[in-house]
Amino acid sequence: MNTILLNMIHVAVVLTVPPLLLGVINKTKAWFAGRRGPPVLQPYYDLRKLIVKGSVFSETTTWVFRFGPVVGLATALVAAAIIPLGQRDAPLSFVGDMILFAYVLSLGRFFTMAAALDTGSAFEGMGSAREATYGCLAEPVLLFGLLVLAKVSMMAGVSESLSMNGMLGESLTKEWSVAGASMLLVLISWFIVLLVENSRIPFDDPNTHLELTMIHEVMVLDHCGPALAMILYGAAVRLFIFAALVVRLAIPLQSGFALWNWGLFLVGVLAVAVGVGIVESIMARLRLTVIPNLLVGAGVLVAFGLVLVLSH
Amino acid sequence: MAIWLVLCPVLFAGVAFAVPSERWRPWLVPLGAAMHLALVVLCLQQPEVTAFQHWLRLDPLGKVFLLFISVFFLICASYTPGYLAHDHKRSNRVLCTCLLLSLGTMTLVIISHHLGLMWIAVEATTLSTAPCIYFNHNPRSLEATWKYLLICSVGIALALMGSFFLAYASLFSGEHSTLLFDDLVRLAPKLDVRWLHVAFVLTLVGYGTKMGLAPMHTWLPDAHSESPALVSALLSGALLNCAFLGILRIFQICDAAGEGPYARRMLLFIGLFSMAIAAVSMARQRDIKRIVAYSSVEHMGMLAFGIGIGGAAAVFAALLHVIHNGMTKGWLFLSAGNIYHAFGTKDTDKLQGALRRVPFSGWMFLLGFLAITGSPPFGPFVSEFQLIVASFTAQHYWAGGLFLALLLLVFIGMGYTIFGISLGRPAQLESDRGFQDSFGTGFPILLYMSLILLLGLYNPPFLTTMLHDAAAFLEAH
Amino acid sequence: MSIQAVDPVLVLALVLNFFILANSQLRMVVFAVAIQGAILGLMYPIAHQGFNPPAGVAVEAIGALTLVRLVLLAMAIVLIKGYVIPRLLFRAMREANIIWHVESVIGLTPTLLLGAVGTALALAFAQSLPIKPGHTSTLVIPASLATALTGFLMLITRRKAISQVLGYVVLENGIFIFGLLLIEAVPVLVEFGVLLDLFVGVFVMGIIINHVNRSFPAATSEHLSMLRE
Repeated sequence: MNTILLNMIHVAVVLTVPPLLLGVINKTKAWFAGRRGPPVLQPYYDLRKLIVKGSVFSETTTWVFRFGPVVGLATALVAAAIIPLGQRDAPLSFVGDMILFAYVLSLGRFFTMAAALDTGSAFEGMGSAREATYGCLAEPVLLFGLLVLAKVSMMAGVSESLSMNGMLGESLTKEWSVAGASMLLVLISWFIVLLVENSRIPFDDPNTHLELTMIHEVMVLDHCGPALAMILYGAAVRLFIFAALVVRLAIPLQSGFALWNWGLFLVGVLAVAVGVGIVESIMARLRLTVIPNLLVGAGVLVAFGLVLVLSH
Repeated sequence: MAIWLVLCPVLFAGVAFAVPSERWRPWLVPLGAAMHLALVVLCLQQPEVTAFQHWLRLDPLGKVFLLFISVFFLICASYTPGYLAHDHKRSNRVLCTCLLLSLGTMTLVIISHHLGLMWIAVEATTLSTAPCIYFNHNPRSLEATWKYLLICSVGIALALMGSFFLAYASLFSGEHSTLLFDDLVRLAPKLDVRWLHVAFVLTLVGYGTKMGLAPMHTWLPDAHSESPALVSALLSGALLNCAFLGILRIFQICDAAGEGPYARRMLLFIGLFSMAIAAVSMARQRDIKRIVAYSSVEHMGMLAFGIGIGGAAAVFAALLHVIHNGMTKGWLFLSAGNIYHAFGTKDTDKLQGALRRVPFSGWMFLLGFLAITGSPPFGPFVSEFQLIVASFTAQHYWAGGLFLALLLLVFIGMGYTIFGISLGRPAQLESDRGFQDSFGTGFPILLYMSLILLLGLYNPPFLTTMLHDAAAFLEAH
Repeated sequence: MSIQAVDPVLVLALVLNFFILANSQLRMVVFAVAIQGAILGLMYPIAHQGFNPPAGVAVEAIGALTLVRLVLLAMAIVLIKGYVIPRLLFRAMREANIIWHVESVIGLTPTLLLGAVGTALALAFAQSLPIKPGHTSTLVIPASLATALTGFLMLITRRKAISQVLGYVVLENGIFIFGLLLIEAVPVLVEFGVLLDLFVGVFVMGIIINHVNRSFPAATSEHLSMLRE
C-alpha cells in the first residue's frame, strides 16, 4: 500500500494505543485479585484530567525540571518511530538506527533522572541513584540483544541487516530457523528488560505509596498537571515500544495484507500487556540486593546467546 | 574364578553386617582376609585369569598389587580383634562391614581391565572407606570424612572425564570407541595426540588426588590422623597403591602411543613436588599420625618419581617400593595407634617417653621411623637405593640430587619429632587410659617388621620374578 | 534428525547452569540441578540413536534388547537424578533448621560472571580440540566442559556443605554429557555403575551433612576447619 498511508497508520497507532496497555495491565491485575478494577480506558481519562489542571513548580527547580518530561515524551515518540510495528518499514529508519534507538531511550532516562535531581529532594535523589544502577545493568542487555539480532540477520542474508527494519523485518522466520536458541534467549532477556525499564514488578512496584521502596515513582513525585500527563504518556509509550520489540521478535509472521499485520501486532501487544499483568500478579517485588543478580543473569543469558551465534 | 576374588570379601561383608554379636564380629575380618589370600594364591598358580571377555583380567602388574594387598590386609585385619576389644563404646558393625567391602572393591580395581569398571571400583573404594574414617564419631573425624569424601569424589570425577576423553580419542582415530585396556593399548599408536594429552593430565590429577600426590593431597593428613589406626594403615598401605595402579594403566597406554616422555616428565615433576611439600609440611608437625600421613605423601611422590625416571630398573624399584612402603606404613600406623591409645592424645607436645610407657610399641615406632626414612637393614633402603641408582644411571642428575636432599629433609623433620616422643620420661597424663601392649595389638606389628626386615635382607626369587614380569609388562611398548 | 534434537537440550542445560550459579535460594538450586539431570537422562536414548558412526565402521541395527536397556537406563537416570537425589538432600537438611539461603565466598554476581566467562572459554577451547566432522553437534563438548566448570565453581565458591554436594552432582552431569558421545565404550552396565556410585555418594554425603548439622547447627565450611596444618 501507499507508504504515506502506512506511516500515518504507524503514527496514529503510536499516539493512541499506549495508554490502553496500562489500562489492560491494571484490569488483568484486578481480575487476578478478584476485583472488577478500573475501566480499561481509565488512563485516557487520567490524561485528560491532568492536562486541564494547573501546575505548581517548586522554587528550587530550574528549567531542567520543566524540560525533563518533555524530553522523556519526545524521545519515546522518536524511538517508537524507529521500530517497525505492524508493517514492513518504520517511518524513521536508516542503516545503524538501532544505536540511535538505544541512545534515544537513554536520553529520556537521563533527563528524567536530571529532573528528579533538580528538585533537590532526598527521595528523588535516591530514586535517581537506583534508576542509574538498574539502567547501567539493563542497557547492556538491550544492546547485546541488538547485537545478536544484527549478527543473526547478517547470517540470514538480510539486506539491511544493521537497521531495525531489517532485523525485525520480514526475514524473521528465517532468522529464527538459523539461530533459534539465541533468538529465544534474546526474547527472554528483552522481556526482563521490559519489566525493568518500565518499573514493573519484580523490579519496582508501581502501586506502592512508600517512597523508600520506589524507584521510578519517586523520581516523578514532584510533577503535576500537564507535566505529569507528559510523564504518564511517555511511560506508556515506552511500555509500548518494549512490548512492540518483544512482539516483533516473538511473532515472525508476515503476510501481504497490512490490515492482517496490524491486527496481529495489536493483538500481540495486548497479549504482552496481559502477560505483564500476570507476572505482576503472581510475583512479589524482589529484594533490592537481589535485583542486580537478576539483571546480570539476563545479561549473561543474552551474552551466551551472542557467543552461541558467534561460534556457529 | 576371577569374580570370586571380589565376591568373597563382599560376601563376608554381608555376613559381618548380619552377625549380631559384637564380640565375634571382628574375627570375621581376618577370616575373610585369609580366604581372600588363599584365593589369590590359587589364582597366581593359574596361567591366565580372565572373565567377562577381558573386562576382568589379572595381568603381571595386577598380580604384584593383588598379592601385596592381600597379605597386607590380612596382617592389618589380624589387628582388628585386638583393637576393637579395647573399644566397647561403639558398635563395630559398620567398621567391619566396610573393611571387608573395601577389600572387595580394591580387588576389583586391580583386576578390572575396563577403564569404566575400574573407575566404578575406585569410587566404590572411596565410598566404602569413608564410614571407616568416621568410626570415632567426633567432630574432627566428621570433618576429616567430609573432606575425604568430597575431595576424592571430585578428583575421581575428573579421572572419569579423562577416561572418557581417552575413549573419544579411540573413536576419533576411526575405530569403535572403547575403554577396554587391552584394546586401548593395541590402538595406542593411532590415538589422537591432543586428546591423549588432555586425558592423561586429567587422569593424573584425578587418580593423583586419590593417591595423595601434591597439590591434591589435602585430604590425606586429616583422614589419616582422625581415623582409627588400622583404617589409616589400610588407607596408606592399600588404597593409595590402588590409585597408583590406575595411573599406571593410563601411563601404559600413553607409553604405547609413543607419548612416554611427555607422561614421564609430568610424573617426575609431580613426584618431586609431592616429596617437597611433604618434607616442608613434616617439620614442626604436632600430631604423630599426621607426620606418618605426610610420609605417605612423600612416598607416593617417590613412586611417581620412579615411574617418571623410566627404564626397567627404575620401574622395578618403584614396584618394589610399593611393597616396602606399604608394609612399613602398616607398621608405623599400627604402632602410632598403640601409642595414641596408651597416652590418650596425639599431640606431640604432650607425648613423651613412649619407649618407657609402651616399650614394645614405642620401639616399633622408632624402628619404623628408621625403616621408612631408608635405613638399612630394612626394606625401604633397598628400594630407595635402587631408585637413586636408576635415576643417576638415566642421567637425571638434578632429579636424583633433589631426591636425596628431600630425603634428608624428611629425616630431619620426622626425626626431630619422633625422637622427642620416644625418649625421655613419660609424663602422667589424665587422658591415659591404662592401655598396655598386648598380643593382639602387638603381633601384627611384629609381622610387618619381620617382613620388612626379611625383604631388606633377601628378595625371594618368586617375588623378583613377579616384579620383573610386571616391569616388563609396563615398559613393554 | 536427532542432532537437532540434542542441541536445544544442551542449550537448556547450559542456561540451567547460569540459573544454578545465580540463584540465591537453595531450594531453587536443588530443583534446577534435578531438572538438569532429568533432561540429560531423557536425552540419553535419543543421543544414542542418532550419532553417525565413523565411516567404515559397520553399524549394527539397534536391537530391541538394547533399546529396552537404553530406555531402562534413561528412566533410572531421570528417577535418581531428578527425584531421589533431591529428596535425599532435602531430607538431610530438614532435620536441622537450615536457612535456605546460598552463601558464597565471592558473591553471587561475580560467580555468575565467572561462569559466563568459563562458558565462553569452553566454547572457544572446544574449537581447538578436534571433533570428528559431521559426527555430532558441535555443542556437546563445550556443554560438557561448561557444565563441569559450573560444578567446579560451585564447589570452590560456596560455603554450605550442601551447595558443594550440588556442585559435585553438576560436575557429574557435565561428564555425563560427554559420555553421550561414547556408545560402545560406555555401555549400559558402566552407566548404571556410574549412576549407582553417584547415588551412593550423595547418600553418604547426605548422612554426613546430617551429622554435621547436628554437631554444628549453623554449618558452613568455615566451621569445618578445625583440622589445619
